[in-house]
Amino acid sequence: MKNTLTRFLLPATAVAGSLALYALTPPARVVPDADNAGLKLPAGFGALVAAETGGRARHLTVTPQGVVYVKLSRVKDGKGILTLHPTSTGKATIAGGFGGYGGTGMYNKDGYLYASSDEDVYRYKLDSKGEVTNPTQPEKIITGLINRKQHESKSVVLDNSGNIYVNVGAYSNSCQERDRRPGSLGMPNCPVLDSAGGIWQFKANKLNQKYGDGMRYATGLRNVVGLDWNQQGNKLFVMQHGRDQLHTLFPDKYTEKESAQFPAECMYALDKGDNAGWPYIYYNQEINKKMMAPEYGGDGKKTVDDKYIDPAAAYPAHMAPNGLLFYTGSMFPEKYKNGAFIAFHGSWNRAPEPQKGYFVVFQPFKNGKPSGNWEVFADNFAGSPEKAASGRADHRPCGLAQGPDGSLYVSDDVKGTIYRIVYNKK
Amino acid sequence: MKSPFLIAAFALLSLPTLAQKKPATPTQKPAASAISGAVLASGKKVYTQNCLTCHMADGGGVQNMNPPLSKTSYVLGDKNRLINILLNGMEDQDIDGESYQNVMPAHDFLTDQQIADVLTYVRNSFGNKASAVQAGEVKTARAAKKK
Ligand code: HEC
Repeated sequence: MKNTLTRFLLPATAVAGSLALYALTPPARVVPDADNAGLKLPAGFGALVAAETGGRARHLTVTPQGVVYVKLSRVKDGKGILTLHPTSTGKATIAGGFGGYGGTGMYNKDGYLYASSDEDVYRYKLDSKGEVTNPTQPEKIITGLINRKQHESKSVVLDNSGNIYVNVGAYSNSCQERDRRPGSLGMPNCPVLDSAGGIWQFKANKLNQKYGDGMRYATGLRNVVGLDWNQQGNKLFVMQHGRDQLHTLFPDKYTEKESAQFPAECMYALDKGDNAGWPYIYYNQEINKKMMAPEYGGDGKKTVDDKYIDPAAAYPAHMAPNGLLFYTGSMFPEKYKNGAFIAFHGSWNRAPEPQKGYFVVFQPFKNGKPSGNWEVFADNFAGSPEKAASGRADHRPCGLAQGPDGSLYVSDDVKGTIYRIVYNKK
Repeated sequence: MKSPFLIAAFALLSLPTLAQKKPATPTQKPAASAISGAVLASGKKVYTQNCLTCHMADGGGVQNMNPPLSKTSYVLGDKNRLINILLNGMEDQDIDGESYQNVMPAHDFLTDQQIADVLTYVRNSFGNKASAVQAGEVKTARAAKKK
């Protein structure tokens, strides 16, 4: 995903075919669609539909050669991973697929492609053209992660020391004795956290690792779908999906409006051993405080000061951040360099208040830390403000990836559209 | 839902809950006659408080998360099966060929009358048209569950 590779090795096999050739001579200018693929973008940016996959496109990654791999949450025509080849216009063609399992995680680094089902993580060897060499025989590196449907997806990212980080989402909203039942209290010493509700660290190159072979790197994270490694700070950043249903579960403590407004969707910078506090707390972005969860004695006013880490940044409630990408390219203007793009999949738990999200946000960073206000970068995936407000969106942004030329790719898991956003003003 | 019929029903029964407490009122007859506005109003109230958060105001659900309640085989099908979904909750079932990641919590804390009303409301909203569910049917299902 991150194009840290600046050297393009000329393959000794110079006959290597058109694929390698156009990777070496990328088109000078990718032409955006006349309508910018239906997106609203800042001045100077354009977008095109790189491909229509027709699948539920979750995370995606682009190799240094420009090959795009897309993970589907459900297998389509026997394939859970699609291979897209770039063409000279900037569009991509679906060249094929492999991996007969659904899932979310998709990442590439140092000649390997990593993919996850909702229980396991696999890796595939990439050749010098960015093509998978063992599509039917991947190495299973992690196995047996918990999948109880709720918050099932496993997202993956690597650091620079041979470790892979996997999210295991909590199979619960707020660790109630009876999940999502009005008034039900939180389980003491939440047992979910033993095997879920956190980020696990494993070795990227070891086969068949189970929980015991890895390490719970950080805990108290309800569900993370978007995560990325920040190269400047050499640190893991994740986006948490905050808890749902404050009002329906505790109607005497929270109004419908408060329930739509809280808790914040939080960005966390994680160090080994960190605890972000789920299910005991949630974050109130209006007063910048950690609040005691109602399942554990909270009333909408009690705050908690110790023990748990503070978020690095906070965003409006329920918008479901599904993709996080630190931009390291040089196509976009300087202000975007090393900042974070966040794909907000869009809310459902704000009803009956209007839904929110369905856009890609830019969060400026300075020296590896959020700095300054976030802004909506790419909007109108939903198709119209009405469709966003009702939650009946045409498209929902999910995964983010950076192309070798610095283009930003965005996947959509409603119709499977793959967007490519470029900067054309020079 | 703001039909003149409903407003009239509200005017007649200024307290919609009145209907719940008097099972002998004509509106409760299991006859084939039209379903009363009071029952629908009471059902809507239960729906808004308990179900809307997941199944949405239009009953359309949320892609991948919560199923729609419009014309599904569960909503329009066997009433006993439907009542049991509310009493026991539901998890890990495919619904008309689609799967959903969220859980349907048990709603056994609702009264028999509330369950009957909300199911009657669901079976006659969102494009659905099906017979009413009676409190007695819920009571029977609840008793069978205890055995
Ligand atoms: C926390 C979210 C949530 C709440 C609250 C909720 N449901 Fe559900 N409901 C679900 C999910 C998720 C399923 C599907 C479960 C599965 O796939 O096994 C479902 C399934 C159903 C079904 C059967 C499937 C279908 O679509 O026909 C019915 C009927 C239903 N719910 C009605 C209700 C009613 C009525 C209420 C309120 C009294 C309610 N639900 C409250 C989430 C919820």
